[in-house]
Amino acid sequence: MAENGIVIKPMDQFIVKPLFGGDMVSWYTPTNVTLWMALTVLAATAMMVYGSRGRAVVPTRAQSVAELTYSFIYKMVEDVAGRDAVRFFPYIMTVFLFVLFANLLGLIPFAFTTTSHIAVTAVLALTVFISVTALGFILHGTKFLKLFWVDSAPLPLRPVLALIEVISYFVRPVSHSIRLAGAMMAGHAVAKVFAGFAAALGAAFFLPILAVTALYALELLVAVIQAYVFTILTCVYLKDALHPAH
Amino acid sequence: MADPAQDAVGMPQLDFTTFPNQIFWLIVAMIALYLILSRVALPQISAVLADRRGAITNDIAAAEEAKQKAAAAEEAYHKALANARAEAGRIVDQARAEIQQELDVQMAKAEAEIAARSAESEKRIREIRESAMDMVAEVAKDTTREVLGVFDVKADARTVNAAVTARLKQGGTA
Amino acid sequence: MEGDLVQMGAYIGAGLACLGMGGAGIGVGHVAGNYLAGALRNPSAAPGQTAFLFIGIAFAEALGIFSFLVALLLMFAV
Repeated sequence: MAENGIVIKPMDQFIVKPLFGGDMVSWYTPTNVTLWMALTVLAATAMMVYGSRGRAVVPTRAQSVAELTYSFIYKMVEDVAGRDAVRFFPYIMTVFLFVLFANLLGLIPFAFTTTSHIAVTAVLALTVFISVTALGFILHGTKFLKLFWVDSAPLPLRPVLALIEVISYFVRPVSHSIRLAGAMMAGHAVAKVFAGFAAALGAAFFLPILAVTALYALELLVAVIQAYVFTILTCVYLKDALHPAH
Repeated sequence: MADPAQDAVGMPQLDFTTFPNQIFWLIVAMIALYLILSRVALPQISAVLADRRGAITNDIAAAEEAKQKAAAAEEAYHKALANARAEAGRIVDQARAEIQQELDVQMAKAEAEIAARSAESEKRIREIRESAMDMVAEVAKDTTREVLGVFDVKADARTVNAAVTARLKQGGTA
Repeated sequence: MEGDLVQMGAYIGAGLACLGMGGAGIGVGHVAGNYLAGALRNPSAAPGQTAFLFIGIAFAEALGIFSFLVALLLMFAV
């Protein structure tokens, strides 16, 4: 990891530190996690509440951003999960805005990316997984298990398929959470590594800086797409709970 | 890896001592954001969207109504035009019929007058002719008497008259 | 000496795990390419299928991220 005496520590940016000194991180300590989550909530609130405060019939720029986000997620819930999923729309909107702003704020230099932590994404994914499974059983009872029993397949294949379906069902929260955390972590770590190269290369420092610039643009795209993907997968899982028939 | 508190030992993501802290603050943040969104932001935006949809629907309805009104007005105009045309035609017909009637009356009157006059004329012609015939008979009687007087034939007036009258009747009017 | 060997194995394993990203790249390219081919054949149906495009890309990409995660674990956690 050391080159010309310069040590690149790509993972340091993910350390959880208490805000007001000390080493102890107990469950209530205000840490950089607290700070950046608060900023995420503030940013989302600013966009959705402050932007649309005018309630104008002909929207201002900020208001139409808020309205477009609203309509975009609303349409996604309606299209992917069905009309009766609209009652879960506020929660899905919350998840989308939280992930989106956590990702975007994490791209600010020296920022802390809350969504790069598996603890955070795992809680988000497990919340979706547990509530969707519970909802499936509440709405459909044992019929929900038909999700795993592929009626259209030939009978001998069905137990095998059921096993695969069950495994893929339980892998869902894992991939759901690790995708987001992994994508965030990977982008930030790679950016940090390239930035370290810039310090190590001396005269050719501009090459890694160009690379970091390009990477930053890609990361902006990834930040938005990961938020979108996280939300749309939530909708897909929700659809399975509401309409378990294949 | 000099300062364990500042350096990442392995992956910070797998430092389980920070998990309760992150999960706690995540839950706090999510609940806060959920409440803000579901209580304030989303109803506000959906109200605005509904308002706009309502306004657009109203405008479309108003436009539709105006269009219908215009169509109705056009129809009324056409109807009035057709009525006026029919009225005009009727008046023309009536006038024509009146004139015809008048004309007929006048014609009949004229014809009657003409007939009366021609009848009178004929009557007078007949009278004239008859008086002429009488005068011819008178002249013939007088002439006959004179002629008889010249020839010294004594004849009474009655005989002469009868003879002339018979002769006239026999010879006709020619 | 023994620790160095373990570390060498871990680093070699991390490098090998990165091969998995190539597979994810192929998968993502396949999804996007097939979407584009379909979209060019029937452009009117394309906008309705972008959601499936992203879902497909997400599934393909997740596996690449798993391999990245294995590499990270080998480098930092083992």
